[in-house]
Amino acid sequence: MKKILVCLKQVPHKDARLDVRSDGSWIQDDNIKFEINDYDTYALEEALRLKDQGEAEVVVATVGPERAAQALRTALGMGADRAIHIWDDALAETDGLGIAKALAAAAKDENFDIIFTGLMSDDANCAVTGPMLAELLGIPHITAVVKTEFKNGDVEVERELEGGALEVASLPQPCLLAVQTGINEVRYASLKGIMQAKKKPLDKKDLGELGLDAAAVAPKLTVEKIFVPPKGAGAEIIEGPADEVASKLVGKIKELGLF
Amino acid sequence: MPFEALDFYRIEDELSSEERIIRDTVRDFVEKEFLPCVVDHIRQDGSFPMELVPKMAQLGLFGASLEGYGCAGMNAVAYGLVMQELERGDSGLRSFASVQGGLVMFPIHAYGSEEQKQRWLPAMARGEVIGCFGLTEPDFGSNPEGMRTKAVRRGEGWVLNGTKRWITNGSIADVALIWAQTDDGIQGFLVEAGAPGFEARDMKGKFSLRASITSELYLHDTPVPDGQRLPAVTGLKGPLSCLNQARYGIAWGAVGAALACFDEALRYSRERVVFERPLGSFQLPQQKLAWMATEITKAQLLALRLGRLKDEGKLHHAMVSMAKMNNVDVALQIARLARDMLGANGIVDDYCAMRHMMNLETVRTYEGTHDIHTLILGRELTGFNALF
Repeated sequence: MKKILVCLKQVPHKDARLDVRSDGSWIQDDNIKFEINDYDTYALEEALRLKDQGEAEVVVATVGPERAAQALRTALGMGADRAIHIWDDALAETDGLGIAKALAAAAKDENFDIIFTGLMSDDANCAVTGPMLAELLGIPHITAVVKTEFKNGDVEVERELEGGALEVASLPQPCLLAVQTGINEVRYASLKGIMQAKKKPLDKKDLGELGLDAAAVAPKLTVEKIFVPPKGAGAEIIEGPADEVASKLVGKIKELGLF
Repeated sequence: MPFEALDFYRIEDELSSEERIIRDTVRDFVEKEFLPCVVDHIRQDGSFPMELVPKMAQLGLFGASLEGYGCAGMNAVAYGLVMQELERGDSGLRSFASVQGGLVMFPIHAYGSEEQKQRWLPAMARGEVIGCFGLTEPDFGSNPEGMRTKAVRRGEGWVLNGTKRWITNGSIADVALIWAQTDDGIQGFLVEAGAPGFEARDMKGKFSLRASITSELYLHDTPVPDGQRLPAVTGLKGPLSCLNQARYGIAWGAVGAALACFDEALRYSRERVVFERPLGSFQLPQQKLAWMATEITKAQLLALRLGRLKDEGKLHHAMVSMAKMNNVDVALQIARLARDMLGANGIVDDYCAMRHMMNLETVRTYEGTHDIHTLILGRELTGFNALF
C-alpha cells in the first residue's frame, strides 16, 4: 500500500479583512477566519485521487497553532486517513526552514512514498517549505507540478515554466511534489465525511516528541516589518478618451508581462 | 465580491469544530457553484440548476439530519447551519433541500416500512430520486384537514383522486408523497411519476422563488399499491411533523437570507458616495444598519438555542413557530431595508436584496403563515384557541 503525506498550512481566509499589526510584525489574526491554503487543497486532491484509484493511505500534516486543527479536520472530512498536528510555542517565530525541520522529523520514520505540498502559501508566499523538506529527507523534489502520472515506481510530471511553456520530468519514488493550483478540481468535504472525521486519528506532537528543541527551529530569517505601500506611490494615471485609455492600458499590461 | 457573515456576538465560539467545517463547506459550495448561476435561473420563470443536484448529493445535503441509509446523521445545529448557508444563496436552493430532506425523506424515515426506506432513502440521498410533498390544495392551505384529495381502497391497493397546488419540485419529482383522506383519517402515499392518471403541471408567473419549480399535481383515479402507503402514521400529525422539520430549517434559512442582504447593504453603504460622503456616514443609513445587525443577532441566537433544544430533545413545536415567525419576519424587513438603501441599484438582479425580498414573501407564507404561527403562539400562551 502506498503511503502518501500531504503537508498543508492554515492561512487567513481569502475574504478575511487583513490589517497589519501596530508593531508591523505580522497581520492582525486574532479574530479572522482561516482556511486551508489554496495550493495545498490541490495537493490534497491529487493525493485523494491516488487513494481513489487503489490502495493508499493519505496522511495530512500541519505546523500551526490550536486553530490549525480545523484545517486537518477538514482534510480528514475530505477523505484523508489520519492527521499529524505539530505545534510548540517555540515554533511561533520560526521560518520556513524551521517548519521544514519539524515536518521532516515527523515524516522521517514513516517512509512515505510520495509527499505532496502546495507550491507556496497564500499568506507568506515563500515557496520554500516543500523543497527544504525534501532536502532534509534526502529525497528528490519538483515544483510547480501541473500534471502527475504514476508508473512503475516512477512519477512523471509536467511542470509549469515561464511564458506558458511546460516541462516534462521524471522522478523516482520516494519524492516530493509541490503542486500548482488548477491541477485538478478539488472535491468538497462531504457532510458525512466531516461527521466521520471525528473518529479518525489526529496526533498532536510537540518539538520534544519530534526529537527537536527550540534551538533547532530558531529562525535564521527575521521579518523586519510588514507594511502596506503608501497609496498612489508609483501609480501611473492614464488619462484621455475611454478607447485610448483602454488601448494604452492593454499595452501596459502586455509590456509588464502580466497577461 | 467576498461575503462576510455578521457575527456580532461571536456565536462562532458556540459552535463545534464539525459544525464550523460543515457551515464553511456549504458556504464554499454556494459561493462557487450556485451564486454564479442563480441569476440565469431567476430570469427564467421557475427553473432550478438541476446540474448541481449530483454535487449537492455528493456533499450530503439531502436528508443530512437522518441516521443511516446513506445520510450524514448530523445534529440539528449543523443541519440548521446548512439551511442557513443554502438560503444565503437563495430560498429556492434551501427549499429544494428542505423538501427533499425534511418533507419527503424525513417522513419515509419516520413512518415508512423498512422496504420503503431501503428503496427510497439511499437513492434520494444520492440525488438520483427527487421527491415532492403534496399536502396543500387549491382551497386548503392553512387548514389542510379539510383536504379533498381522497384515497379509497380498491382490491389490494388504493385509488387516489384530487388536486395539490404550490408543490415545490412537483414536475421534476420521481416520487410524490401525497397526503389524502381515507376512511381511517389522513394518510401518506408514495405516488411515482408516470403513474396512471397522475400529472404535474408547472405554475408560471411567480414574482418569488423563481429559482425553484412550483407545480400543481392532478390525481385522477391513480392506482397506488398498499405497499406505497406510509404504514406508521395516520392523521394530520404525519404531515404536520414533517412541516415542523422544515420550519426548523426555515428559522435558520431566514438568517442566511438576512445575512446576505445585510452584507450587501453594509458594503454598499461604505462604497457608495452621496453628497461627497459615503452613504454609511449618514445617520439614517446607520440607523437601518444598526437595526438590521441587532435583529440578525437576535435571530441567530434564537436559531442556535432552538437547535440545541432540538438536539437535547426538549423542543416544543410552538418554539419552532416562534423562530420561524420571527426570523422570516425580520429577514423580510431586512431585505426590504437593504433594497431601499441600495437605491435604484437595488431593483436590478446584479444585487441580491430584492431577490431575497421577493423570495421571503413566499417563505413568510409557506410552511405555516406568519399569522398562523402567531396564533399557535397565542394559543400556547393563553390556552385559548383563536385559530378556528
